[in-house]
Amino acid sequence: MDFLQPATWEEALEAKAAHRDAVPIAGGTDVMVGINFGRLRPSLLLDLTRVPELQQWADDDGAVRLGAGVPYARVISELGDRLPGLAMAARTIGSPQIRNRGTVGGNLATASPAGDAHPALLAADAEVEVASTRGTRRIPVTEFYRGVKRSALADDELIAAVRIVPPRGPQQYSKIGTRNAMVIAVAAFGLALHPDRRAVGTGIGSAAPTPRRAPAAEEYLAGELDGLWDSRAELPAATATRFGELVAEASAPIDDVRGTARYRVHALSVMARRALTWAWADYRKGDPTCA
Amino acid sequence: MSTPTRTPSGAPAQMTGAGGRVGDDAQRPDGVLKVRGEFAYSSDLWMEDMLWGVTLRSPHPHARIRSIDVGPALAVPGVYAVLTSDDVPGEKVYGLELADQPVLALDVVRYQGEPVALVAADHPDTARRAAARIVVDYDVWEPVTDARVALGHPTWNQLHDAPAEVTELSRESANLHPHGNLVRHLKVRKGDPEPTADVVVVGEYEVGMQDQAFLGPESGLAVPGEDGGVDLYVATQWLHVDQRQICAALAMPPDKVRLTLAGVGGAFGGREDLSMHVHACLLALHTGKPVKMSYNREESFFGHVHRHPATMRYEHGATRDGDLVYVKATIYFDGGAYASSTPAVVGNGGTMGIGPYVVPNVHVDCYGAYTNNPPCGAMRGFGSVQTAFAYESQMDALAAELGTDPVELRCRNAMEQGSETPTGQVVDSPAPVVELLRRLEAMPLPPDVPTGDDVDLRDMPGGVSNTTHGEGVRRGVGYAVAYKNVAFSEGFDDHSTARVRLEVVGGEAVATVHTAAAEVGQGLVTVEQQIARTELGVDQVTVHPKDTSVGSAGSTSASRQTYVTGGAVKAACEAVRARVLEMARSVVGRPVVDLRLDGGKVVSDLEGVALPLADVLGDEVVEETLEWRHRPTEAVDPETGQGFAHVQYAFSAHRAVVDVDTELGLVKVVEMACTQDVGKAINPQAVVGQIQGGTAQGLGLAVMEEILVRDGRVQNPSFTDYLIPTVLDMPPMRVEILEYADPHAPYGLRGVGEAPNISSGPAVLAAIRQATGLPLTRVPVRPEHLTGT
Repeated sequence: MDFLQPATWEEALEAKAAHRDAVPIAGGTDVMVGINFGRLRPSLLLDLTRVPELQQWADDDGAVRLGAGVPYARVISELGDRLPGLAMAARTIGSPQIRNRGTVGGNLATASPAGDAHPALLAADAEVEVASTRGTRRIPVTEFYRGVKRSALADDELIAAVRIVPPRGPQQYSKIGTRNAMVIAVAAFGLALHPDRRAVGTGIGSAAPTPRRAPAAEEYLAGELDGLWDSRAELPAATATRFGELVAEASAPIDDVRGTARYRVHALSVMARRALTWAWADYRKGDPTCA
Repeated sequence: MSTPTRTPSGAPAQMTGAGGRVGDDAQRPDGVLKVRGEFAYSSDLWMEDMLWGVTLRSPHPHARIRSIDVGPALAVPGVYAVLTSDDVPGEKVYGLELADQPVLALDVVRYQGEPVALVAADHPDTARRAAARIVVDYDVWEPVTDARVALGHPTWNQLHDAPAEVTELSRESANLHPHGNLVRHLKVRKGDPEPTADVVVVGEYEVGMQDQAFLGPESGLAVPGEDGGVDLYVATQWLHVDQRQICAALAMPPDKVRLTLAGVGGAFGGREDLSMHVHACLLALHTGKPVKMSYNREESFFGHVHRHPATMRYEHGATRDGDLVYVKATIYFDGGAYASSTPAVVGNGGTMGIGPYVVPNVHVDCYGAYTNNPPCGAMRGFGSVQTAFAYESQMDALAAELGTDPVELRCRNAMEQGSETPTGQVVDSPAPVVELLRRLEAMPLPPDVPTGDDVDLRDMPGGVSNTTHGEGVRRGVGYAVAYKNVAFSEGFDDHSTARVRLEVVGGEAVATVHTAAAEVGQGLVTVEQQIARTELGVDQVTVHPKDTSVGSAGSTSASRQTYVTGGAVKAACEAVRARVLEMARSVVGRPVVDLRLDGGKVVSDLEGVALPLADVLGDEVVEETLEWRHRPTEAVDPETGQGFAHVQYAFSAHRAVVDVDTELGLVKVVEMACTQDVGKAINPQAVVGQIQGGTAQGLGLAVMEEILVRDGRVQNPSFTDYLIPTVLDMPPMRVEILEYADPHAPYGLRGVGEAPNISSGPAVLAAIRQATGLPLTRVPVRPEHLTGT
């Protein structure tokens, strides 16, 4: 197994162009597990941890441009106010050691349906900035996931950053695991209310071949909220329940070692209902962020 | 002869410690090293010119091997040896109680992960790649995956409907071993065979397959000796039983197979059976080079036995006042492919299967069966954990049926000193079952946790995964009490050997304790020091590395080492002391009746004598080696199960308080409280540690820990999917320790490690049941069970 450690982004892109089967490694929380369990045997590891741009985030044209190599621990400590949904997702990930190493870029590169960041990215309409020696392009996150552990990334491309517009409304994130910490999602749900656009964003994790949104639930809720955005009146309980049902209907889960399909569908309906209740309560209080 | 550069043989200096006698909170001699990450575990063993050994394992749970071609593996550069069962010079099968497990697969593989061939190479990756090139031609058979099906017994999964069914096995898979699929059937028959009662409750229960989940993988280093023998450094629980089995496989006498305990990263029963022991020795002897083997996490799940899954049917009969009239129980333990310690597990499950209660009429059938599931054997609680879920669930069900309080019902029927067990044994030391329960009841309950806007997510079911702020959460409280035998039972010659030396080093009297008792993290090395300090009145006590150059100490299991090896160390110290006092009398020159050892001196209070030990001993080295036994037990009657089977019982009780998100089926254990009688706490802080650890392991089985096996295949061999409790799952504890001396035991002590592992899970299950109102007859409880999905 060969090992390359580029010091600049240009070198990294050149290396990837030259070695298309190279496996990029940042935090290593997926790649090293794969190698240690003998499931992954890359001919070349491309270590991205020395590329300075990947370790940074910045405000850029109204969005936060989050470098692909920024670990979850920094998302929580540095961006909890700007990107509340993603920070909530980050808090559910692994142990402190994993949060110190693991990155949003790595989560995207693996593109597992169980990746914890995805529902938050989907709900927030994030864009993935990818690059190669051919140039840079932005992929809406909704178009990024192409199948189980498959993404829209070309074999000469690397993920540079994720772009997320800081929300004007409340966000929520919930995840089910069968223990109270350090667990892979059995099902997860991300919610963003966009009062500025009078829109609703959702994200479903671990309950379909890819992370996905729940468009019918979004449309339904946006319609129900039409008269409520300005009045900030109480949300009818039936609306939250129906929203939960529509989110659950958008899923296509399987039975596996972590849970049954029936449970996942049920759990999504409960999580979505509760998340909406909390988000709406935050909105009524005029609080743009959340718990 | 060279020794590995990283072994605990560097540790004796560290294993010397001052301070702490029997009854004190004594510090572990290895504690600081472990906390700093400097302790050498078996996986850290290293020698300059060593090779790496790896194991090729069967991918099939049941298959006949048509042929094995090792040629392609041998052709890989860097490979030194590829071995199969043909290369095993001695006995080709081994086992703790029954020799039925091949060192390397013979003609049939009986479980997924069964070792088939070995490779030694100069790099672990080379060895793994070479192993993958061995060509094994399998004729794959259908696996037998249910204990009752294996025995041809009817299944009874549905309580009220569905007639019993007997599944016919295909001819080729009907019998997994020449002697059939029954490993052991224990019968307990007491009192009226056809009892009747006012109130009857029937329940069927299932316990999933738990793993010991020790953190240190199976590992060791075999070094070929200049005498043609081999030195094995290995993490294990009983050096001498390993030695016996290795000698048989290698066809070598014990003096040619020398074992030294390497640093053990947890055991819990999972290191009682051999893993890489013979394999590493075979490779070392074959190549003439030191060979290291260390399983990775996935292989570790296939490299040791697990806790037996159990299927149990119980019928309890009682008077309207709540006096137990009878208990009938049928218990099936799935032993998997090989016997391991299944016979003894069946012994425990059957003889103690109705719990610490007085019942005049008992009818128990306890079976251990072979299947093509992973082999099951020893794990903390050993046959008692499974039955406790059933009998304590039954006590709650009976209380509900009678409309009485569950604790009252337990107290009314509780065993006490002088009670007769189902096996006709009279409990001849304190059995404070009632007091354990009453003390739990008297403890204050934890307050409700804040919800809504004031919520701290870490207090909620689901934790920071943010699934509830109090919605759907209901609290439940549950109680359970359990008992278990300490030490080996049913007539086993259960002894330990201790060698104790007293000498003057640098002007100070120093004691050295040498036993072969495995320190697996439980703290026996501390106990050995405490006993020597107490009995010999010295501060400095060195614990010699554990090896086979001293006699057997028996197994580090069955909560027995403090009792049995502690007893041996105490007896050896007493023998040394007698000699030293005799020497002191000749120094004094007249008989002194009250001489004792204290503070490094020989002291007489009556005569005011205080002679420094250094003066009494001079250059003399006083050493005594003693074999020590607890009082004998006896085999039970094969038809009735009656007999003096167990030397001592340990008792513990738990109260669990849980919050359950009833909509999502997520559980947060809010508090665990435990009361336990330990006879005498030799090292109180270590006792509390055992209670906390045992409680966590029991909680884990109740709510999350299970090796999922489908069609004989393990679905979750990783710590990603085999979940054990984290700090957010294991709550703070209240612990009350009782010390009612057992007059038969050294210092009056009782074994500590297993009892809290038995009562904790049933208490958690009872609390979840109370919170949800669901019957819950299977552990671990999954969200699906709580939500009907």
